[in-house]
Amino acid sequence: MTDTPTPDNRSIERSWAHRFVLANRASLGTMAVFVLMMILFFIGNPAVFSDYRIYYSVLTTLPVAIFVVVPMVFLVTVGEIDLSFPAVMALGAWVFALCAQSGIDPFISLFAGVAVAVLTGAAIGFIVVYGGLSSLVATLGLSFLIRGGILIATGGKSIAMLSLKDTVAYQVLSGTIYGFPVQMIWAALFVVASVLLYNRHKFGARVHCVGDNPDSAEQMGIDTKKVRVYTFVFMGFGAGLAGIFSTMINFTWWPTTGDSYLLPTLAAVFVGGTPTWGGIGTVIGGTIGAVIVSFIQVGIVSAGLDGFYVQFFNGLIIILSLIGHRWNQIRYR
Amino acid sequence: MGERLIELKEVKKSYGNVFAVGGVNMHVDGGEVVGLLGDNGAGKSTLIKILSGVVRPTSGEILVRGQTVHGWNAGKSRDAGIETVFQDRALAVQQTIVRNIFMGREITTAFGLLDVAKQRSEAERLMREIGFTSKVFSPDSIVGQLSGGERQGVAIARAIYNKADLIILDEPTTALSLTETEKVFRFVRNVRESGRSILFIGHNIHHVFDIAERFVVLDRGRVALEITKAEVGSAERLIGFMEHVAHPTGANPLDQAQNEAAR
Repeated sequence: MTDTPTPDNRSIERSWAHRFVLANRASLGTMAVFVLMMILFFIGNPAVFSDYRIYYSVLTTLPVAIFVVVPMVFLVTVGEIDLSFPAVMALGAWVFALCAQSGIDPFISLFAGVAVAVLTGAAIGFIVVYGGLSSLVATLGLSFLIRGGILIATGGKSIAMLSLKDTVAYQVLSGTIYGFPVQMIWAALFVVASVLLYNRHKFGARVHCVGDNPDSAEQMGIDTKKVRVYTFVFMGFGAGLAGIFSTMINFTWWPTTGDSYLLPTLAAVFVGGTPTWGGIGTVIGGTIGAVIVSFIQVGIVSAGLDGFYVQFFNGLIIILSLIGHRWNQIRYR
Repeated sequence: MGERLIELKEVKKSYGNVFAVGGVNMHVDGGEVVGLLGDNGAGKSTLIKILSGVVRPTSGEILVRGQTVHGWNAGKSRDAGIETVFQDRALAVQQTIVRNIFMGREITTAFGLLDVAKQRSEAERLMREIGFTSKVFSPDSIVGQLSGGERQGVAIARAIYNKADLIILDEPTTALSLTETEKVFRFVRNVRESGRSILFIGHNIHHVFDIAERFVVLDRGRVALEITKAEVGSAERLIGFMEHVAHPTGANPLDQAQNEAAR
């Protein structure tokens, strides 16, 4: 270890606002990207973007993305990744759909679906962590395995759930209140609880330390394997919720539920300002990242551009955000 | 000098048929600073690992405050009031000073939520105690922004949190500049003034000589010399003794020293 020269920006005698900006630079940067993008969309098509319906359509599906993006921030912070969450979304939602279809109360069905997703998350974590496997490759394999299992068991058939619409559970979980999608309230509560867990809870503190320096964490008596498995359990919990909410929005469960969420979720995490190397991250940034990714698709089409432009602009935003964050963040070693 | 804090009796550690430590007798008393010296491969790091409980001795006895402890391990070492600051410092550099100090033993309120205010004030108290304060950083500063000596300060502050009676410092000044070394010494002196014992391991004899009151020199897994600062007089003479230990030719400077003491 060599001496690092004293940087001039170390002074603590700064204004409150300055310190706030420094502490939240990643999420503020993401916020700036979002605002800029929305201004461009607004200029592109003022009529569409001053109508509430476009926001309503984004807010309807946004919670699904939030339920998987936030746990993924935890996983990336602890130094892991999970590519199998779309399959877990389908599995949890499948259990939910089967239960609800057989006449079980939707609330209990939801509980059952989430419970299965949580157990699957625990199993995935256990295999990756105690098997000493690369989470990238192992969860890729597990993803195919779970998805394949579902396809074999269902013969690729979907489950229609139109009767769900008249239930109390649907109104409470996925209905509208004063024209506002209720699931957004649940997603907001999920984000608030996750921010507390990430920044103000023992578990979050350990997630940071394990991702930052696993050897030190081990030396200081942290059970690093347990922390990593619990992070996968949290991912399973979020994936279960996401799958069920997605099924409720569509009134149909498909064996391919969740498939389209893989790449946008990863993009949202990194666009949000969580770096790939572990130890640090931001839940709020990831949430804004999810908002950005959700708006790109709707925004580009509404701004009058051809649907073929969606992927191109998706890519552009991701690359520009990453360059912005790289310039904005310092990696300490 | 206080009570006998820890004592090793004929402690051996072998890897296969190679003895890394081959029968060491040494002790640390309450409130004293002991310097542990020796060349590479003399068995210093194995001895530290035995004291901190990371490595189990093959044979021998370990006594804490006069009582033999059976089944010595890291937990029992900690219970005995021994805290080790390893050479790599075991810091998470992207985290704040507070988070590093409380790594693995966070102060929490209900539901495992962190007691942020208490952790911060405790961190401030610990940092003040060892004189690790500055206008350019606070307990909320990121460890990666600190210099090498300051990072050592974080590791030492963390070590004294557990009401430790003996702090083992493994090469705390290695690869540090002169001013950074001086900083670390200031922390160590403050720890000593708080009445804790220190076992200071170092390559640089001048550094060890400055800080310690008694020296234990290891050579090929055995204690080759045990001498107090008063007996040895100066760092140069200590180096002379150590050279004699390594290459025993000519007159033993140790005998001369004892003759002088007798006269």
